[in-house]
Amino acid sequence: MSDPHAPNGAAASAVAEAPAVGAPNVDEVESVIIRFAGDSGDGMQLTGTQFTNTAAVVGNDISTMPDFPAEIRAPAGTLAGVSGFQVHFSSLDILTPGDAAQVLVAMNPAALKSALSELVPGGTIIVNTDEFNASNLKKAAYATNPLEDGSLKGYKIHPVPLTRLNRDALKDIEGLTTKDMDRSKNLFALGLSFWIYDRPLDNTLHWIEEKFGKKPAIFEANRRALMAGYHFGETTEAFQRRFHIPPANLAAGQYRKITGNEAVAIGLVAAAVLADKSLVYCSYPITPASDILHSLAALKNYDVRTFQAEDEIAAMGAAIGAAFGGAFAVTGTSGPGLALKSEAMNLALVLELPMVIVDVQRGGPSTGSPTKTEQSDLLQAMFGRNGESPLPILAPATPGECFDITVLAFRLAARIMSPVVVLSDGYLANSAEPWRIPDVGAMAPIQIGHPTAIGLNGTGYLPFARDAETMARPWALPGTPGLEHRIGGLSKEPGTGNVSYDPTHTQQMNDERRAKVAGLADYLPEQDVYGPESGDLLVLGWGGTFGALRQAVIQANAQGRSVAHAHVRYLNPFPRNLAAVLGRYKQVLVPELNGGQLALLIQGRFLKPVIQLEKLQGQPFRISEIRAKIDEILG
Amino acid sequence: MTTETIPLQPVPMTKADLVTDQAVRWCPGCGDYAILATMQKVLPECGIPRENVVFVSGIGCSSRFPYYMNTYGIHSIHGRAPTLATGLKLANPDLTVFVITGDGDGLSIGGNHLIHTLRRNVDLNIILFNNRIYGLTKGQYSPTSLPGHKTKSSPMGSVEQGFNPLSVALAAEATFVARSIDVHTKHLGEVIKRAVEHKGTSFVEVFQNCNIFNDGAWEDVANAKTRAEHTLELVHGQPMIFGAARDKGIRLNGFQPEVVNVADVPADALLTHDERAQVSYHYLISRMTLPEYPVPLGVLRSVDKPVYEHQVIQQGRDAAAKMGPGSLEDLVASNESWVVSARNGLH
Ligand code: SF4
Repeated sequence: MSDPHAPNGAAASAVAEAPAVGAPNVDEVESVIIRFAGDSGDGMQLTGTQFTNTAAVVGNDISTMPDFPAEIRAPAGTLAGVSGFQVHFSSLDILTPGDAAQVLVAMNPAALKSALSELVPGGTIIVNTDEFNASNLKKAAYATNPLEDGSLKGYKIHPVPLTRLNRDALKDIEGLTTKDMDRSKNLFALGLSFWIYDRPLDNTLHWIEEKFGKKPAIFEANRRALMAGYHFGETTEAFQRRFHIPPANLAAGQYRKITGNEAVAIGLVAAAVLADKSLVYCSYPITPASDILHSLAALKNYDVRTFQAEDEIAAMGAAIGAAFGGAFAVTGTSGPGLALKSEAMNLALVLELPMVIVDVQRGGPSTGSPTKTEQSDLLQAMFGRNGESPLPILAPATPGECFDITVLAFRLAARIMSPVVVLSDGYLANSAEPWRIPDVGAMAPIQIGHPTAIGLNGTGYLPFARDAETMARPWALPGTPGLEHRIGGLSKEPGTGNVSYDPTHTQQMNDERRAKVAGLADYLPEQDVYGPESGDLLVLGWGGTFGALRQAVIQANAQGRSVAHAHVRYLNPFPRNLAAVLGRYKQVLVPELNGGQLALLIQGRFLKPVIQLEKLQGQPFRISEIRAKIDEILG
Repeated sequence: MTTETIPLQPVPMTKADLVTDQAVRWCPGCGDYAILATMQKVLPECGIPRENVVFVSGIGCSSRFPYYMNTYGIHSIHGRAPTLATGLKLANPDLTVFVITGDGDGLSIGGNHLIHTLRRNVDLNIILFNNRIYGLTKGQYSPTSLPGHKTKSSPMGSVEQGFNPLSVALAAEATFVARSIDVHTKHLGEVIKRAVEHKGTSFVEVFQNCNIFNDGAWEDVANAKTRAEHTLELVHGQPMIFGAARDKGIRLNGFQPEVVNVADVPADALLTHDERAQVSYHYLISRMTLPEYPVPLGVLRSVDKPVYEHQVIQQGRDAAAKMGPGSLEDLVASNESWVVSARNGLH
């Protein structure tokens, strides 16, 4: 049996036995992937987050993936109610939360059952045996107790009567019900995990103090549960080995942990500050985009005005109104919401007002899988509106990149006076990674000019006169004397914007709108490529699949193959050199979490045949899936 | 030496300043003309420079209105004008914003936005042109059409119960609710001025004649010859009296209004109109209609409540006062950050 703590992947484990006196050995390992799984009510997201925060603060590279049910509280103990959180922490530069966990912390039978498939063969299982009673086994559809029937043979099992141990530790705290006690058992599990992985407790202790400092009994319960878990590891014989993961060799700088949704929120605020604008964020609650609204509602001291609209259409309409009024207007949503917004997006497009539309894609079609990830809104963003409706589309590749892309989105919106779509996804939104805090002083301001009547020289204001370079129309704000004008959704005359159905006017306005979006290609950076400059195979991806694709390509090259990776951030317009890049490789593999949407665009635009790899399971790609496809292609 | 510059000093606005160079394209005889003329007449009297005025509309005959007002304007999409207007006020609360809508635009496709805008009390003036028909799509019954109304889409008569727009607005607890008639231009002008003065959402239903597809829908109340008998012009603090001879009044009998001869009852028996009363009282008034009652006109309700966008912006000011205006450095920072030095050491 292989060491379950060996990093999965090609890199060899660097295990060094640490000398220890009277204590278990502390082994140094490069990477660990741990998955916390329990009932939705067990606080697994919190446990995973706390574990991640500590790993980040001690300098590991981290990548996380929460995996929770759409139901807020599915019946306790059932498979539908299992909530998981996977943390990959490492002394190396890592790009994904890892294909499969090496360690599973399972709080009940349902958690064990549903997470077992996410565990490497022979992995370690720390299991709360107290929950393995007849009723819970039945809810998890176990005919016999897996802890006793031998079905877990080959795994390294650590049975822990966790509920009872936790109650014992808390029993003399005044004013606690048994229910209150059990609510803190996740901290017992966390404490035990901290001991096994040689992590300091102070970060979480500090958090408990901040969170529960005003409720002495709850504070004490959580503190004691954490300590009890830690001491349990220390004092029992069950755990003979501890593991230490040294700090990662990250580029120098100040770091914080960030998720994609957090990065979008602060990116929007940063863009508003850089443009010296109020931010008006209009949104209707929708998973997995709602956290952007929550974050922004807490940043009102930055002149952020949040509008929780009555529906998706209202959110889009309000963004248009706010843009007309001169604010940095944004709406955020997910796939079903984008569908509802489409008519108003077209209005925004023909009014030629700058704004940003953030789509945090989720599993579709229809309501689909709200908490799962997919990349299936690309064609909707590209074509999902009546008429010719060109919009710039950007896609961040990593959680941290959501910040840069969001700032860029407003820069482009203001540059050409157009709505700009940002395609994030459920994986990016909720995954965390270390993020090097940018030097904000070095960020270029977003220059925006609003015309006044002084420039008119007695001629009338032309709302659709275009800038010679960018083709942007002027952004005249209500309140400006002399520039009163009317704009609308009807076909219009170039220049004046007056209603016109003249065939030449209609053609010209369509041409101008298309040309100004296409012209961004000259402004945006060229496509970069990782790996060989030409050769047999290019892996071409976009959006949140970056980590899996890059890691697979790194591994393939380490094995002597010649594979390149290009990850597209600018989906409309495509980078100006993309055709040339595609032409340098014999074959192109396009892995996507959809049915082949980028593949369709690439083949249609560049007449370049591509090999598709699709996945529609609500889950990100595993590195191994990409590698297997690369191996299949290259033989 | 002087050079010629564009005068930027606000000059007193006249009706002519509000006329655009666009040809008005409503059918000859349409009630919309009277409303447009009234708006252009009274807006200069409101003392708001035209650059601070925005007309936002949806889709429908009435929604062409912004093209004919020389102010700022957006002709948007069907039913959504209140949403654009809300965003506009969030961006710039100093603007005077009108929403021009109709019975189809405002109460059918845009019904959801209408009630939520009213409930939030965004400082807007919503003018709903009610002609009880879809005009622009050439004559289908609308959400205010009467049961039995024969139209192209209801050749055997509509089987739908219509909305009373005032009752809808009052159910959403709108802070200003009024009604007038296209051809009753003096009254309409006064109502518009009151709507502009009101802080919060003003909702004004205007009976508007579509002479092509629903001619005479408001004949009973619009015709100057019969209007006095068929309408009740509400005046705050005044008893409810109507009729050409001002001989009829309204009193409450239990929970039911009833029409009485003024001569038959003591003077204090008549209902006195109170714009600031409970919304249930205004709702009761809004239900009065022919043939049993006169049709109420004028301002039913006008109450002061906090304005949505003012509160949103105030929260920002409060947050800035408490936490300090945010800096970019604070924005990207976090309570939990760490430093990685060039040599892989931690601090
Ligand atoms: S169809 Fe009716 S409402 Fe429309 S413009 Fe003609 S008369 Fe006016």
